Amino acid sequence: MEALILEPSLYTVKAILILDNDGDRLFAKYYDDTYPSVKEQKAFEKNIFNKTHRTDSEIALLEGLTVVYKSSIDLYFYVIGSSYENELMLMAVLNCLFDSLSQMLRKNVEKRALLENMEGLFLAVDEIVDGGVILESDPQQVVHRVALRGEDVPLTEQTVSQVLQSAKEQIKWSLLR
Amino acid sequence: MLKKFDKKDEESGGGSNPFQHLEKSAVLQEARVFNETPINPRKCAHILTKILYLINQGEHLGTTEATEAFFAMTKLFQSNDPTLRRMCYLTIKEMSCIAEDVIIVTSSLTKDMTGKEDNYRGPAVRALCQITDSTMLQAIERYMKQAIVDKVPSVSSSALVSSLHLLKCSFDVVKRWVNEAQEAASSDNIMVQYHALGLLYHVRKNDRLAVNKMISKVTRHGLKSPFAYCMMIRVASKQLEEEDGSRDSPLFDFIESCLRNKHEMVVYEAASAIVNLPGCSAKELAPAVSVLQLFCSSPKAALRYAAVRTLNKVAMKHPSAVTACNLDLENLVTDSNRSIATLAITTLLKTGSESSIDRLMKQISSFMSEISDEFKVVVVQAISALCQKYPRKHAVLMNFLFTMLREEGGFEYKRAIVDCIISIIEENSESKETGLSHLCEFIEDCEFTVLATRILHLLGQEGPKTTNPSKYIRFIYNRVVLEHEEVRAGAVSALAKFGAQNEEMLPSILVLLKRCVMDDDNEVRDRATFYLNVLEQKQKALNAGYILNGLTVSIPGLERALQQYTLEPSEKPFDLKSVPLATAPMAEQRTESTPITAVKQPEKVAATRQEIFQEQLAAVPEFRGLGPLFKSSPEPVALTESETEYVIRCTKHTFTNHMVFQFDCTNTLNDQTLENVTVQMEPTEAYEVLCYVPARSLPYNQPGTCYTLVALPKEDPTAVACTFSCMMKFTVKDCDPTTGETDDEGYEDEYVLEDLEVTVADHIQKVMKLNFEAAWDEVGDEFEKEETFTLSTIKTLEEAVGNIVKFLGMHPCERSDKVPDNKNTHTLLLAGVFRGGHDILVRSRLLLLDTVTMQVTARSLEELPVDIILASVG
Repeated sequence: MEALILEPSLYTVKAILILDNDGDRLFAKYYDDTYPSVKEQKAFEKNIFNKTHRTDSEIALLEGLTVVYKSSIDLYFYVIGSSYENELMLMAVLNCLFDSLSQMLRKNVEKRALLENMEGLFLAVDEIVDGGVILESDPQQVVHRVALRGEDVPLTEQTVSQVLQSAKEQIKWSLLR
Repeated sequence: MLKKFDKKDEESGGGSNPFQHLEKSAVLQEARVFNETPINPRKCAHILTKILYLINQGEHLGTTEATEAFFAMTKLFQSNDPTLRRMCYLTIKEMSCIAEDVIIVTSSLTKDMTGKEDNYRGPAVRALCQITDSTMLQAIERYMKQAIVDKVPSVSSSALVSSLHLLKCSFDVVKRWVNEAQEAASSDNIMVQYHALGLLYHVRKNDRLAVNKMISKVTRHGLKSPFAYCMMIRVASKQLEEEDGSRDSPLFDFIESCLRNKHEMVVYEAASAIVNLPGCSAKELAPAVSVLQLFCSSPKAALRYAAVRTLNKVAMKHPSAVTACNLDLENLVTDSNRSIATLAITTLLKTGSESSIDRLMKQISSFMSEISDEFKVVVVQAISALCQKYPRKHAVLMNFLFTMLREEGGFEYKRAIVDCIISIIEENSESKETGLSHLCEFIEDCEFTVLATRILHLLGQEGPKTTNPSKYIRFIYNRVVLEHEEVRAGAVSALAKFGAQNEEMLPSILVLLKRCVMDDDNEVRDRATFYLNVLEQKQKALNAGYILNGLTVSIPGLERALQQYTLEPSEKPFDLKSVPLATAPMAEQRTESTPITAVKQPEKVAATRQEIFQEQLAAVPEFRGLGPLFKSSPEPVALTESETEYVIRCTKHTFTNHMVFQFDCTNTLNDQTLENVTVQMEPTEAYEVLCYVPARSLPYNQPGTCYTLVALPKEDPTAVACTFSCMMKFTVKDCDPTTGETDDEGYEDEYVLEDLEVTVADHIQKVMKLNFEAAWDEVGDEFEKEETFTLSTIKTLEEAVGNIVKFLGMHPCERSDKVPDNKNTHTLLLAGVFRGGHDILVRSRLLLLDTVTMQVTARSLEELPVDIILASVG
């Protein structure tokens, strides 16, 4: 097992997967040709699910790839990279994805809520990773850029920062007067 | 909120996926809504989501349907709904490689990327670059340059990452954007900085100086982005490896300084870079190991995993460097993440002492079933290494391996275990019986044909030599009853081997084989009939030749020879001796557990190498009638220094009564052309030079070949070892180095080469005899000779064995080339085939007092080889 000096590359992420609690694919994006056909992809997903859904540990080595994962109620999130990849970088992607979704779904990270916000998921993943390159790792930025329609956020659910912002405005005006 | 959802879930019966039963055709039908005015953004966005979902599920879209949907979608650019617009970008990206004419959206995207809406601009850049090819890129170049230096981070990042993607197909265009990228590299935004540095590196990576400059700049000013740091660490370690120079370099200092970064990600990257540097000393490793040690107690599983995995790597090369972490590793043995625990244990197995093995093995066996096959293989490899390190522990380790063997697992994993067990059996004679009986049990329920046949082969080889061979018969015969053909055939062969070596068991073996004659499968029937007939003769020589020691010829060679024979039928029966022997008889495959396929490959290459020679030589008219090529020396011998005017290398080809020396010559002078090149040879012994085949012309740097044919000594046939003094003769013609034109006039010249040795090894081909004793009996003692020698210069048995094997060029059998520790006597068994096709066997008893005394016994079916061996040793 010869240690391999990594070719310095920005192509960190090989795939992002979200599976449900039966191991079925809800979302899958493969960024390179490790698994070129749908059949190979599904077989890989099945294997990954079998090895991970019972344990609550966040990292594993499967089929020669490093897999970091996280589960929430009936959802399983996976970020996959080469086994030579910095595990913490993959973890940063996973955390960013999870936290962004958690904010977008108002902490309600479960299958039904996710399916009702599929476009939000597509947009968020698009903002986090582009063609395998990490585009953004800050969930705040991601949520901001996805900028789901205003009417989706009921007034009562406005974020704290938004409320603070408007409060500040009001104070500012009252001081100026 | 949650409750409400739960209720709904119950109502809809759990299956709450609104996308579950989507039909591709229905969704594409729905896409017609896109053409309606006014556009309903919500509805349209939802339909796009459905299309994306379908593509995501792996649904295949045809070019026509995709193009149709794509064109309908372009209408949606009329709407200003942000979500809808963003979904359009995604759809464009997804369909860019399915639909046709996607470039028609270029102008819409260009408008968006230069527009006022910041949230559109980044994604628009990325979508645009996805559909752009190198010809179109020129048109948007100006916008890209602007986007790279845009003050909005998302736009700048998008432009940089897209440029990186574009590098692959339009390097020359993107190269022109370095100034902009350089400006972006000093951005305050961490992601922009990361992407800019990445792009800069990829543009400049062939320019070592520029890359070094980048690193030194980073070292001076520091970076904001941890990602960028990781990237630069990789760049630095790659540069270091290519320089392959000292560790005083500023590059190494940079990596080491990153060990003190505040981001764990960077610290880990630096540590792992240091560990992966080739040829790192223990002292250089120390700081890296100590940060990894800290990470071992991190609350984050990923960090613990990363740390222990890297420590495991260190332990392979520098186990002592890791011993300091043993305590931390011990804590990880019970980690809830089994991958971490496994890595911790295998690391400890490498660094720990013999006394801790039992405990660790117990620990690991408690959760073997929970870890993935990859890690199981890691564990098996660790055990395999342990067995070699602590042979006394084999009982514990064997037990563990057998438990693993009984559990579920894939082929790779099972093969690793079987390989490991077989190597233990071979190294440790006392573990043989337990090992074999466990393997018997394993094949009772083994789904892998390759493993079953391999074990059957091993049983046939080792079983008859054990104290109670009859107990294996039941296991083997069960295979004949229960398995499919390949395994049955293997089992029949194994049975025959028992019958051939054991008189008492012969009658019952014959009964069993008679039953196998009735098998459904051809191969099994054939084998059974063949073995039955051989065994019924009750002749040891036959048994040895046809059952215990198989064919030693090269299989492709045999195939060709037989084909040749059928094409040109002759009166004479086919002579097996005319077939070239297998050149690499089952190379040493015991210690490394290389995959079977990998072992097969070199054998095939070697066979073809000899075939190539055979073909080349057959094309030379002077060499007609020499008979089949017996052996070609494996490595060409250099007769000149590698940097002289002419480079000459010699390959020796041995025929039945002749030898051909092949000289591969290269002329390294560019102002000369050599013509009529021959190598004149002066033998010291009774060899007779018959003819020279010259190389007609030898221009600068184009290799050519000349041959010298010699006849072997007839009067004193034992004097095979000989030294030839060599001299190259040729005509030199000067030539113009630039045009290559040669003068017409030339002059004779000579060039003295180094002497060429022909040894007894050139006349003997290595052959593997699986059962030496049987072969020994088969040859018989008609031409047996024995002599005793004193090897005064040799001080150890290992050295003596090594020298004898090398000198005679024969194959050591029954692992007799391994000298057990603390013994002063040893018997070395060697087998080979002498030129002309006669087996030659040598048994050499060695005794170590102060010097080594050696008694050599040689047997063959002819007298000559025996004489030659003894003459050459003396």
